[in-house]
Amino acid sequence: MIILKGKGVSDGIAIGKLYFYERIQLQIEKKTIEDTEAEYKRFEDARGKAIEQLNALYNKALEEIGEEEAKIFEMHKMMLDDEDYLDSVKDMIFDEKVNAEYALDKAKETFYEMFASMDDEYMKGRATDIKDISERVMKLLLNTSSQIVDSDEPVVIASDDLLPSETVQMDKDKLLGFITMYGSSNSHTAILGRMMGIPAVINLRDQLKLAFHDKKVIVDGFTGEIFIEPDDTTYKKYFEKQREHEHNKELLKQLIGQENITLDGRTIDIYANIGHISDADSALQNDAGGVGLFRSEFLYLENNDYPTEEQQFEVYKHVAEKMGGKKVIIRTLDIGADKQADYFAIPKEENPALGYRAIRICLDREYVFKTQLRALYRASIYGKIAIMFPMIISLNEVRRVKNIVDEVKLELFNENTPYNRHVELGIMIETPAAAIISDLLAKEVDFFSIGTNDLTQYTLAIDRQNQMLEDFYEPHHPALLRLIKTVADNAHRNGIWVGICGELGADLDLTEEFLAMGIDELSVRPSAIFALRKKVRETNVSDCLKSGILDPYQ
Amino acid sequence: MKEFTYVVKDSAGIHARPAGLLAKKAAGFKSDITIKKDDKSAAAKKLLALMSLCVKCEDQITVVIDGEDEDTAYTEIKAFFEENL
Repeated sequence: MIILKGKGVSDGIAIGKLYFYERIQLQIEKKTIEDTEAEYKRFEDARGKAIEQLNALYNKALEEIGEEEAKIFEMHKMMLDDEDYLDSVKDMIFDEKVNAEYALDKAKETFYEMFASMDDEYMKGRATDIKDISERVMKLLLNTSSQIVDSDEPVVIASDDLLPSETVQMDKDKLLGFITMYGSSNSHTAILGRMMGIPAVINLRDQLKLAFHDKKVIVDGFTGEIFIEPDDTTYKKYFEKQREHEHNKELLKQLIGQENITLDGRTIDIYANIGHISDADSALQNDAGGVGLFRSEFLYLENNDYPTEEQQFEVYKHVAEKMGGKKVIIRTLDIGADKQADYFAIPKEENPALGYRAIRICLDREYVFKTQLRALYRASIYGKIAIMFPMIISLNEVRRVKNIVDEVKLELFNENTPYNRHVELGIMIETPAAAIISDLLAKEVDFFSIGTNDLTQYTLAIDRQNQMLEDFYEPHHPALLRLIKTVADNAHRNGIWVGICGELGADLDLTEEFLAMGIDELSVRPSAIFALRKKVRETNVSDCLKSGILDPYQ
Repeated sequence: MKEFTYVVKDSAGIHARPAGLLAKKAAGFKSDITIKKDDKSAAAKKLLALMSLCVKCEDQITVVIDGEDEDTAYTEIKAFFEENL
């Protein structure tokens, strides 16, 4: 398997054969011409035919793709009418007595260079249009036709860069995706990919090789990754990802803007888990009601030293603003165990999952914790930020955390730095200890968020990464569900809300149970939101309760 | 000869499409119509030259109209800018 990395410019997953689209190299010879009038007429005839073709392409694009893309061909027509361009060809034919092909080729070069050398991305891109119109006339002069993709099955088209007329002439049913060596996000390849709803990856440069022709390929338009001859694991993973994406597109049409409400009128919040500042877009696109878990670790993992208050502040502010008035729950530093950064200099541990991590580091290295809290509180005036603390096991920890929070707030107050005084504070319930004493913890905080990944591994004493344990791993183990129910009951008895932010939140086989337990919020990966909303809208909670769905967990 | 200055409001500036429309519009008049930006200028009737001025949003340009139908051209070209750019 070979992995290439480019820039994804149109979302989606394509799996299929790679077809390397090679342009016929037009052979241009310089010839001396006696009858210049006749030669110019040859050019004008070819140009006339080119304009006819462009009219036809305009109509085809209008019908198949849309007005925006069709306008390109209207513009091409205007370019082919440009006085300077025509004069350039004309002058060469008459003054230098050369053949039309040669004159056209020179005009193409001149105007191509003119645009390509401009100091503006958009105008640079127009050089492609010059090439496109010139080659159209050239083919007519040389009497060669365009090569259209010749394949019986749908393919992923690979090329150096695609001209708009080339992409429009391709048979839409045969296109799975585009991958190119060059291009920009505004290039026709990108625009066309997005309009057709197929993935496109550009800028692969010389990673993309002719030798890949006819090979099996996976295109990930989200990340810009290309897998040539993928192995089975990769294939399966992407097959699933593709199915999910297709399914989501369908659901999106039906469910965008709809409430998360059950048949019998119970509502639940569906939020998104995000791990990076750039994921906020995806949360919004998938109609998330808010961010239920913003993992702040990337700030630490992508740095070579502790991120500064300012650096963090900018990120939190950006996400809070981006999400508008929607709630953004930011989890404080959760480093340790499988997430390590060298500068933390955490000594090698015998058992890191049960070791020095998350809130334990924060309470031990208070200055690191305070920097983050200051950044969070300062950002809190730019949106609806809530803060949650990971890996809590005791009442004492929660009280210590709250004391530090109070100190930070006091500092900000004394400095006259604005902050929101009523930021919601919550804790992650991801240790059996926290779940069991959730009645006590509920009196200290504003909300609980159940982290089912860690709660499962600590409850079952099973390392999820350990493949030898696969047979023993029971994701729906009743012990786990009993704990979740206990936590939910304790939260509600104490008037606070409870959410789930682990992978189980997106598990549609448990949605009914969670609704029956009265879970207030489910936070899931953005791509899982619509499927979950659909499930919620098909559920009748009273029927579930009547059928005794929670009986095993009382 | 008549002229006016204009500050481009379209976020994409005089990109390909409006340039094309402008060229088409300008071709309908006998007058010479010139667009000036800084020390560069281009005939409004010439699409590629017009594009090569690379006029962006908030750029100030001067439009010079000279010829027998300059009065009508002035009114219509000015209106074109206000509507499209």
